[in-house]
Amino acid sequence: MSWLQDHPAWLEVAYAATVHGLHPFRRWLRRGGWAEQALIAAEELGKRAVFDCRMCGSCVLHSTGMTCPMTCPKNMRNGPCGGVQEDGRCEILRDQPCIWVLAWRRAEHMPRNGREIDLLLPPLDRRLEGGSAWINDLEGIATEAPAGWRRP
Amino acid sequence: MEASLRSGSRLERVLRSGRFAVTAELNPPDSADPQSVYDRALVLAEVCDAINATDASGAHVHMSSVGVCALLTRAGYEPVMQVSCRDRNRIAIQGDLLGAAAMGVRNILCLTGDGVQTGDQPQARPVFDLDSIALLRTASILRDQGQFLSGRRLDTAPALFLGAAANPFVPPLEHRARHLAKKIEAGAEFIQTQYCFDVPRLEQFMAQVRDLGLDQRAFILIGVGPLRSARAAEWMRSNVPGVVIPESILHRLRRAPSERQREVGRQLCVEIIQQVREIPGVSGVHVMAYRQEMLVAEIIEQAGLLPRRRLRAATDQP
Repeated sequence: MSWLQDHPAWLEVAYAATVHGLHPFRRWLRRGGWAEQALIAAEELGKRAVFDCRMCGSCVLHSTGMTCPMTCPKNMRNGPCGGVQEDGRCEILRDQPCIWVLAWRRAEHMPRNGREIDLLLPPLDRRLEGGSAWINDLEGIATEAPAGWRRP
Repeated sequence: MEASLRSGSRLERVLRSGRFAVTAELNPPDSADPQSVYDRALVLAEVCDAINATDASGAHVHMSSVGVCALLTRAGYEPVMQVSCRDRNRIAIQGDLLGAAAMGVRNILCLTGDGVQTGDQPQARPVFDLDSIALLRTASILRDQGQFLSGRRLDTAPALFLGAAANPFVPPLEHRARHLAKKIEAGAEFIQTQYCFDVPRLEQFMAQVRDLGLDQRAFILIGVGPLRSARAAEWMRSNVPGVVIPESILHRLRRAPSERQREVGRQLCVEIIQQVREIPGVSGVHVMAYRQEMLVAEIIEQAGLLPRRRLRAATDQP
């Protein structure tokens, strides 16, 4: 499925469509509601297949070159680290490519969201793990930064 | 970089005065004896502007960086406290930053940290609650907004000079300068790089850095160090994450008879210092001589970077 990730412009369109498609139903899409279990199942199925999604509940794929930052063994949201091997493989998963090398390369091919890789992403809210990132996004908490992080 | 001195850091003062700065790494002892820290610091302090205390680098336990730094400030030395995100979550790290500042630590190097797999206790749980960029921003929030990440107010904000690491020598090479820009945006005021053994590659990186104007926004210190032998170099290349040693360097070491390799390694280090010093935008060097602290003074002298003002100046004490 990494073919899709290597053609991330399509995924940007899919992302925009999902955001628009779910928006009219936001009244019913609430945390703790029946719809959440359905969406969790859908996300686990779809996003795991395409992105090896780890269900952090705070999806930032459009800001990370359509590459899941939670697949980095250091869970870096603002990578890469300095330990990348000379040939671009990971310092820890030594036979796999550094996902941040892939992310920066893919971001170059993302006309809509590609520049978002330059944004500083706040640390993860660990309470959202296992939940539906789509619902968290509709409720505005998916990428909500800690209070001190937001500029005064 | 036009901002006035706000941290009280002597390293910041040296850098802002435009002098070529020298920092050196102190390898923390596997010991509970403060004298083992002072013995190492004494050798380094004569020849550098600040001493880095590593934070369980390579995921090997040693005396903690906050402990080493507390000892160093007590004796009037100028430490750079390295903080890694591998072993502590955001609650522990913010507390350590306040504690360190209270002990007189003014320089913090914010790191993500090597994976636990690199060390001798790979069974440990890796934390990585923050990454280096989130850590930089968190430290800036403590200092500039006088509050914790949660928004809760501090009574007294810490005065800190914030640093980050950079590795210009590993992929994604074409994006390393932009990634550095993120670190500066997050609050980094000085940068210490990974070991440089490839000066042409560093020149390319620095050209990108100057194009983005980053050398005007942060002081960049280039990591250097002596290779002990061809065998040690090969070991480093395959075991220390992020260290790149070109074949040409290895070749010069191998060509020398084994009893002369240490001398060749030292000479290579001196040459690299002299070359990086000529690159526009470079503000200093950071010397890392793992278990060879005694060599640091010789290298800095041979590179023509002496005399330096003594670190342990009594007039600097409160």
